[in-house]
Order: sequence, then structure tokens, then C-alpha cells
Amino acid sequence: MNSSPQSSCNAPERLAQSTSLAKGRTAGQLTERVFSWGRYPKTEHRKIYKPAWNDQVPEILGAAERGSLLPFGLGRSYGDSCLNAGRDLVQCHRLNRILGFDESTGVVRCESGVSFADLVAVFLPKGWFLPVTPGTSFVTVGGAIANDVHGKNHHCAGTFGAHVHQIALHRSDRGLIYCSSHENSEMLRATIGGLGLTGVIAWADLQLKRVAGPWINAESIAFETLETFLELSHDSNDLFEYTVAWLDSFAGKNARGIFFRGNHAANCQKKFHPKRGPELPFELPSWVLNRFSVRAFNAAFYALHAAKKQRYVVGYDSFFYPLDSIRQWNLMYGKRGFLQHQCVIPESKLDAFEGLLDRVARSGMGSFLVVLKQFGSAPPAGMLSFPRPGLTISFDFAMRGEQTLKFMQSLDEIVRESGGAIYPAKDARMSPALFETSFPSWRNFVPYRDPKVSSSFWRRVTGS
Amino acid sequence: MKKAIILGATSGIAGEVQRQLAQRACELLLVARSPQRLAVLKADLLVRGAPQVLTFSADLSVIAQHHGILEFACREFPDFDTVLLAYGSMHNRKDSASSIEVLVAELQVDYVSAAAILTLFAAELERRHTGLIAAITSVAGDRGRRSNYVYGSAKGGLSLFLQGLRSRLYPAGVGVITVKPGPVQTPMTDGLQHAARFADPQQVARDIVRTLDRGSPDVLYTPRIWRYIMTAIKWVPEAIFKRLPL
Repeated sequence: MNSSPQSSCNAPERLAQSTSLAKGRTAGQLTERVFSWGRYPKTEHRKIYKPAWNDQVPEILGAAERGSLLPFGLGRSYGDSCLNAGRDLVQCHRLNRILGFDESTGVVRCESGVSFADLVAVFLPKGWFLPVTPGTSFVTVGGAIANDVHGKNHHCAGTFGAHVHQIALHRSDRGLIYCSSHENSEMLRATIGGLGLTGVIAWADLQLKRVAGPWINAESIAFETLETFLELSHDSNDLFEYTVAWLDSFAGKNARGIFFRGNHAANCQKKFHPKRGPELPFELPSWVLNRFSVRAFNAAFYALHAAKKQRYVVGYDSFFYPLDSIRQWNLMYGKRGFLQHQCVIPESKLDAFEGLLDRVARSGMGSFLVVLKQFGSAPPAGMLSFPRPGLTISFDFAMRGEQTLKFMQSLDEIVRESGGAIYPAKDARMSPALFETSFPSWRNFVPYRDPKVSSSFWRRVTGS
Repeated sequence: MKKAIILGATSGIAGEVQRQLAQRACELLLVARSPQRLAVLKADLLVRGAPQVLTFSADLSVIAQHHGILEFACREFPDFDTVLLAYGSMHNRKDSASSIEVLVAELQVDYVSAAAILTLFAAELERRHTGLIAAITSVAGDRGRRSNYVYGSAKGGLSLFLQGLRSRLYPAGVGVITVKPGPVQTPMTDGLQHAARFADPQQVARDIVRTLDRGSPDVLYTPRIWRYIMTAIKWVPEAIFKRLPL
């Protein structure tokens, strides 16, 4: 409630979760804790700014020290790319307004804290959908740009950044600048996939996609070898807008799994009710997910889908966001959190890929969810975009201390030898050397960084 | 509810209420200080389904500007049926207890100006024999506590004012609703202890919109648990309460 002059929240010290008001509390717990999705690493932040209006951002940037800030969305990055240990965050979730929509072209202008869930809720009834969406709708537009996210349609639509026409960017050194293919185009390319390091996005112009409705014509097909998967993927890429596969992490080289593919359904008159499931209210004890329960889950998932009918009509929410129906599913991994390992490996290095699967299977660590997707060949939209031609696969591992980190390093070795890359949005521990292999031209990006912005991830992988 | 006036449209709770009203195609007149912020809200609410959004820039804490607001509303938004007062201010609690200037300013915003503008709109709706007035006060107004009694007394005063107004407007068929939220995650409460555990403004807005729809209850506690918490707190004898570090 801030419409009176006296309640003005303009001063950064009022905007922050400031420490001065919380007297009587012991040091170290003065600010609220902010975690990334994996809840590892567990870091402390100094201040958390929560601007409610774009006109407040320049003041926050102006008052900040060098390298002290990082924009933060909904915290769905898994590792430390959305964290800024010991420094400050600019939480953008209140910058969540839609500033305009052109019904004839489907271009929407919205602030950076607008979530995908919100965009879908507003525009799907009007017949428009996101051009690209990751596996959760609880991401912000700013976060989707900063990580240049991909989805099940990467083979035909590229990454999210390819559908961003223009952005307005708050810079600590240049004020508000506009970036598009005509103006500051390199700054746009730097910001797409730029992990929030180029400044705070004020708003973005996004190209939405026309769809007939909320339904997807989906198919699921069981496969038992990697070759079958590749065949399925190749065959489906021309006919299906969306493809993705789930793998049984215990099957090893055999690569047993389920291939999902789908298209937006035209003229489906079924009544649509969005699903809203339960919320995981607290962290489960870490023993709940063990090799036996995970193995059982994997086997059951396979059996269920292998037996089920292959063609079905399904709501967009179940198709794109199956895990969104369990709020805070990340608490399943217990207090210590979990790590995700998502890499891409060139298709010419299939043996390396098999080696990866084999190592995971033999480790017995097991992964609750393994997702596999063949990337398309679209040129990267951003300087530090992760997607590139090849197979991308992601594993979740419960954090069990040193052994988990060691094991993931051994996976890194395979990735490095194959000339692959690790996805920064999922990472909390890759070495600077592997970052170098993954993004050999990262130094070209450095001049575009905002001098007042930094992140835990960036300091870790570049040593700066 | 077809046409609503929001006084203090840029406040955190108002923002969520407006969205939900826009979704159900309610026309809106937004009043707040900043023309730029009003323009942002207007654009957003139009895309979200509001058939019409008017904005009027005024400083609600300045009583001299109130007549202009009512005049604009009657001219440009004539058959409005709901008025929601959603502004307020809460200072650093230490400041408002030690600085007379801050104290007077806070009472001026949270009580005096609010009572003044509601009186204006009350007279208009009374004349029309229809409509609904709602104002956001606070659970902090239910009992004076050492940590927050200046804000609490202003909001408590406003609650009493609304209670009287409700009775006065009852014969005219005009409803008056007192909204008493518990602590909510808005810019106003940023920096307070336990802010992360405060209520979600969307949930509070849902409760408010439902109440506006039904025209009841007269006094809304939101989230609902605060009705019970405050009942308990009001029952604590003063001899004990004054010793509690609340």
C-alpha cells in the first residue's frame, strides 16, 4: 500500500528486505533465505530488493556497488546461476505486468517478472501460446531470456530467445537501453542466454504462437535401444512439433524408455479444466528417495506407459508441465537438496553417450527423472546459448555430499571428451575448464556484462 | 460488481484485486499518485480483460484533491457501483513512535484522509441509494501493541469509522465492508520480520473480491485464520497484554 507520499518505497533501503528493521535477530539470519531449485548450494544473501515498478530499478542499480547485484526471477534455475552469495538479489517477481498485446501479430510486451503460467492463463483463451516453453510454467520471462530456455519443440522452433523481438534493459552504466535486431543487437544477443549478467530486463516483446486450443494430440511409444530412440526422433521431427523422451536410468546402455510426441490439437471441443495438484509441504527425509524406491518408480513408469494406449488427447498442462501439478516437488530430495546434470553430446559421439548412460546405471545412484531430447540445428539465439545440435540428457541426483560431486565429475569427463557442453541453468559445480569447453567464446560476452551485476555461477566458472 | 473505483490503485493488494476484477470484465477507475504507474496498470488490466480502465492521478493524502476525484468519477465513470479504498502507509515503527512529524503524517494518510474521502463517496452513494464501499484496514487495528500502535490506532480508528458509516448507510441500501488483512507480502511490509511467512496477496485479493461480490460479511478477516487469532488476542486481559512483547 504505497500511494501516499510518506509511504514512498523509492529509496533502496526501503525496497530491500533490509536488515535495519529486523533488530533483535542474530546476525546471519537477517535476510530471508533464497534458494535455487536444487536447494544446493545453500547460500546467504545480503539484501533482497523487490522492486514493484520499473521506475525503482535505476535507483537500485545506481546505489549498488560493483558486481553486487543479480536479477532473480522465480528461482527455477537448479544450481547457482540465480544466486549471488554474500551479495544482493533484485527479485523481479513484482514486475509482472503485461504492457500491450497486438492481436493481429501476436506480439506481447510484458515486464520481466511475468510468469509463463500467467502468460498462458491470459493468452491461451485468446488462442495464443508460448512459442517455446521449458518443463515448468513457473519461470519468468526474464529468466527464460537469461537462460535462453528450450523446450520439446527445439527441433522446429529453436530456443525462447529466437522469439524475442526487442527488450528494454536497465543498465547501471547506460540507463535504460532498447535492444533489438536494429538497435544494440549485440547486447540483445548477449542478454539472451546471458544469465542475467547484462542488466535487469525491464520488458520484452515476445512473439506468441497461434493455437487452436488447450489440447495436445499426443503419442507415447516405448523403445528399448538408443538406435530406436534416434529413429523415432528422426522420423518424428518433421511430423511432430513436440518430441521428448523419458529414460529408465537403471537400464544403462539399453536405453529403455518412452518417447513422447505431440501436436496442438485442432478443433477439440472437450471442456478444459486446468489441473492443480497437491503441494509438498515440507522436505521429505532424504532416505525416501533411495536406489530401491527410484528403481521401482522407474520400472513402474515404464510399465505403465508401455502398456497404456499410444495415442491420446491431453491438456497442455499435463503435456508440458507434468511436475507443476506437485508444487515444490524439489522438497522430495530432502534437506540437502539435489543436483541436476544436463549436458549435450554431439550425435557423432554416440559411444560417449552410451558411456554416460552406462556410468549412471552402474553407479546405482539412479535418477528419478531422466529426460532425453534431440536438439535441432537452429543457430544459437544468444552468445552463451546452451542448445546446439546433438542429444541432450538430464539426470537428477540427490545431494549426498562428496561422493555425489565426484560421481558427477566423472560424467563431466565424458562430456568434455566428447566436445559436449553443460547447461549453466542446471549447474552448481562444473569446473572452469569444462565451462571453457562448453562455451569456448565466453570471453566475447564479457564486455556486455553490466559492471554492477555478478553471480555465484559466474564467479565460480570464470574465477572473476 | 460492474464498475469499481480503486483508491490507491498502485498498492500491493489493490494490484491483485484489480487483476481479478479485470478478468471478470469489471470496468475500473484507478486513482493513485504516479501517472506513469497508472499507465502501466491500465495497459495490464486492459489486456487481462477489463473492458474499460480510466485513471486519475491524485495524492489521496491531500484532502484538497478529493473533490476533484469525486467530480471526475461522477463525470467520466458515472454509474460506478463499488468503491475500494486500498491505500495506507506504515513507517518504520520506531520512527512513528518517536517522531511527532512521522506520527501525524501516518495518522493523516491512514485515518484522516481515508475518512475524508470515504465521507465524500458515502454521500454520493447515499444519494443514489445503491452501491458498496469497502476499505482495507488491518488486524493491527484490533488491539494496540507496543510494536505497531501508531499504524494500529489509525487503522483501528478507520475500522470504527467504517462501522459507524455502515450503520448510517444501511437505511440507504449502501453496503460498507471492513477488510482486515493479516500481514501480507507487499512492498509495505518488505523488511519486516517473518515477511516470508506473510500471506500471499493473491489469496487476500480472492477473499476481497468474493466479499465484494456477495456484499458480505461486513467485516472480512483475511486470511480467515486471523479472525480466530484476533478473537483470542482481544480476550487477553490488559493487565497481561501490556506485559507481552508483541
